[in-house]
Amino acid sequence: MARFLAARLLHTVLILFGVSVVAFGLIHMIPGNPLDILLPPEAPKSLVDHLRAEFGFDRPLYVQYLAWLGRVFRGNLGTSIFTGREVTRELLRALGNTLVIAVPAAVLAFGLGTTLGTVAAFNYGKPLDKLISVLVILGLSVPHYWLGIVLVIVFAVEWNVLPAAGMGGSGGLPTSWHDLSFLVLPVATLSMIPIGVIGRMVRSTVLEILGNDFPTALRAKGLRSRHVVFHVLKNAAPPTVAVMGLQLGYLLGGSILVETVFNWPGSGQLMDLAIFRRDVPVLQGTVLVLAAFFVLINLVVDIVQALIDPRMRR
Amino acid sequence: MTRTTLPRIIAAALLLSFAASVPAFAQTLRIAMTAADIPTTSGIPNNGGEGYRFLGFPAFDGLVNWDFTHPNEIAGLTPGLATAWKIDPSDHTRWIFTLRQGVKFTDGTPVTADAIIWNLQRLYDEKSPQFDPAGSAIVRSFVNMLDHWQKVDDRTVAIYTKYPFSFFPYMVPNILIVSPTEWQKSGRSWTEFARHPAGTGPFQISKVVLGQFAELTRNANYWDKTRIPKLAKMIVIPMPEATTRLAALRSGEVDWIEVPPPDAIPSLKAAGFQISLWPYPHVWPYMFKMTDGSPFKDERVRQALNYAIDRDAIVKFLNGTAKPAYGLYPPGNPYFGTPELRYGYDPAKAKALLKEAGYGPDHPVEAKIMISTAGSGQMLPEPMNEIIQQEVKPIGFDLHFDVVEWGTMLVAKRNGPDSPAGHGDDALNNSLGFADPASMFRYFSKASWSPNGINWGHFYDPKVDALLTQAQDSFDPTQQTKLLAEAHGRIVDDAPWLFVVHDLNPRALSPKVKGFVPAQSWYQDFTHVTVE
Repeated sequence: MARFLAARLLHTVLILFGVSVVAFGLIHMIPGNPLDILLPPEAPKSLVDHLRAEFGFDRPLYVQYLAWLGRVFRGNLGTSIFTGREVTRELLRALGNTLVIAVPAAVLAFGLGTTLGTVAAFNYGKPLDKLISVLVILGLSVPHYWLGIVLVIVFAVEWNVLPAAGMGGSGGLPTSWHDLSFLVLPVATLSMIPIGVIGRMVRSTVLEILGNDFPTALRAKGLRSRHVVFHVLKNAAPPTVAVMGLQLGYLLGGSILVETVFNWPGSGQLMDLAIFRRDVPVLQGTVLVLAAFFVLINLVVDIVQALIDPRMRR
Repeated sequence: MTRTTLPRIIAAALLLSFAASVPAFAQTLRIAMTAADIPTTSGIPNNGGEGYRFLGFPAFDGLVNWDFTHPNEIAGLTPGLATAWKIDPSDHTRWIFTLRQGVKFTDGTPVTADAIIWNLQRLYDEKSPQFDPAGSAIVRSFVNMLDHWQKVDDRTVAIYTKYPFSFFPYMVPNILIVSPTEWQKSGRSWTEFARHPAGTGPFQISKVVLGQFAELTRNANYWDKTRIPKLAKMIVIPMPEATTRLAALRSGEVDWIEVPPPDAIPSLKAAGFQISLWPYPHVWPYMFKMTDGSPFKDERVRQALNYAIDRDAIVKFLNGTAKPAYGLYPPGNPYFGTPELRYGYDPAKAKALLKEAGYGPDHPVEAKIMISTAGSGQMLPEPMNEIIQQEVKPIGFDLHFDVVEWGTMLVAKRNGPDSPAGHGDDALNNSLGFADPASMFRYFSKASWSPNGINWGHFYDPKVDALLTQAQDSFDPTQQTKLLAEAHGRIVDDAPWLFVVHDLNPRALSPKVKGFVPAQSWYQDFTHVTVE
């Protein structure tokens, strides 16, 4: 297990290094620079050039990259060109806001997805299976920004029972029922895709396992059906956990589309803004940290899988 | 749980949430901005015109302020923290400002000549401890002719310009004044200061929740007693997505939205919302490239295109949220002047001009126009350009579009027309403003040729240049207006741009909002607004 862990950790570091290079390179390939966006249209080129030199954008790319990497190693992601605020602080705030919707969406999606998938598989071919399959495919295929807009039109504009946008007044974890009401629509929208993905995954995995001999043997031994379900699910767990890990990564990254529709100030919106403003420090910091999250979640998933299924350790 | 209780519980919970979302203050105005983030609250806001509109002028004053009291003219100037200003008759680079006495910042400290100097150092003295690079860049973009300053006495400050520049007072409102004491208390940090800034404006920025909203509270001690806000609070919320703003307004989450989508205007009106449309200094043009190889080097081709577009059709497409443009300034403006040519939809004239220039339906003008997908003031660039493309095709123009992202266009505009950033395009569709009388100099003089200024296409008419320079050197307002009007008349005839439309700055207001009188300005007065 120790060797397995060490190898995975080494992979993680290499991947993060790769991510940092790619992120840095891509950002500098986009035309336009942050100063052109920051300055009003009347700003003369001389002023732009002067500031470019001041921010160090006129230095060779590799110099900029190494300087940035050096700062990152010291735990400093820099300051935003646009707002002058520390990137680390901005990022933590945005990530916190994303967690406020991502965690409930993940819990909802993992719970509902697993339940729907299992129920469908155990009722294979029956109307219930067909109904669930249709729902799951729908969840998977409906564009979620469209769904978000429809939910807003129905619940906020027409019925006026839920807020249309924003996260209420608290600016962090919900502290009142009022704040909580702001979560309902974004969480519902955000959970649709993972419900679909996990539901389908669980259904097909469970079906495959049910095709083995051992469930029949268990039943023949006189085991109660809920115990059979337990054994089947245990066997279906490793691939499901892997998919859940990926989905959690996506949710934490913040959905740019959902956060835009609901005006949710999370990591997706932060990244979107940074892209349009060419706010290089914010963009690099965000991409790096989100990639690190993604890689770490995958590492945890690998470890969990290895714990559940000893074959994985080989 | 029985089958009927669950829906009841859900219904009750939803009702409760609705009750909770009713605002606590009746006299609170909630505004959804188009900005994607809260503009900086440290006195010099970013996010362009919208930043100054919501978190600049409401909370801070300049030595000179914009005057919002004459809605039928382009906003002029009114005394702010200076009660009077004049040019030194013996030195045309020296402006003398007499300071208003007895004004206090919202932290209770007085506005003194030293405080004014300290604020100038913040923006222009890179060696001062309070130097603010971001704020400085924003202010210097407009006020780059400011040279140095001098405290004459406790109530008089002199500011020097690099060259005689009669429009200087119009630049001064950009320099908003903040409290030096509050900055000291904030650990001498502008980021920290932005959390609880102190200015002298009619409102005070009382709460900033990053990424979510900024709250402004009435400043009951505001020095101009006619402009003490009727509102107790004003909350501004960044909401970049037009459909989200629309939903927020229709669900009662905000009382006011900036720029509703034009196609939503009829339904908003039908639902009882107020649509505010008012001219402001904005124009949506094509800036033509005049260098070799561009078909627009020929004046007749430029004029022909100006005759070839049906501006009314574009206005109709925009649901009346714009008006046709026949120059940089709209007809009726004192600077419009008396051009010989009055562009209107006249295909016959356009064809005749093209024929004279050697073009025709079988030999059309081939031109590539850089257009953006979105951007500040760009309105609905793609469909508007498609309308133009279709309108002018039968007349003999074959327009192709180089569709770029907003940032790419800004880079193109700041570089020369033949630089790689220009992609070899023959025109650039970039909206611009004309809030101050120096605008024409920035767009049409040879001194402003890109990359030194934003006369992107290198337009040059020696007569226009002479008139603009004279106006800048003249300190007699009547003479100034005469010179500028004459210059504008010639510019219209020269057609360095395709003049398309002026935006009417649409906003949608809940029926509860009363007392808003829009000014012809990028900025607005919120002090007389009430919410019933």
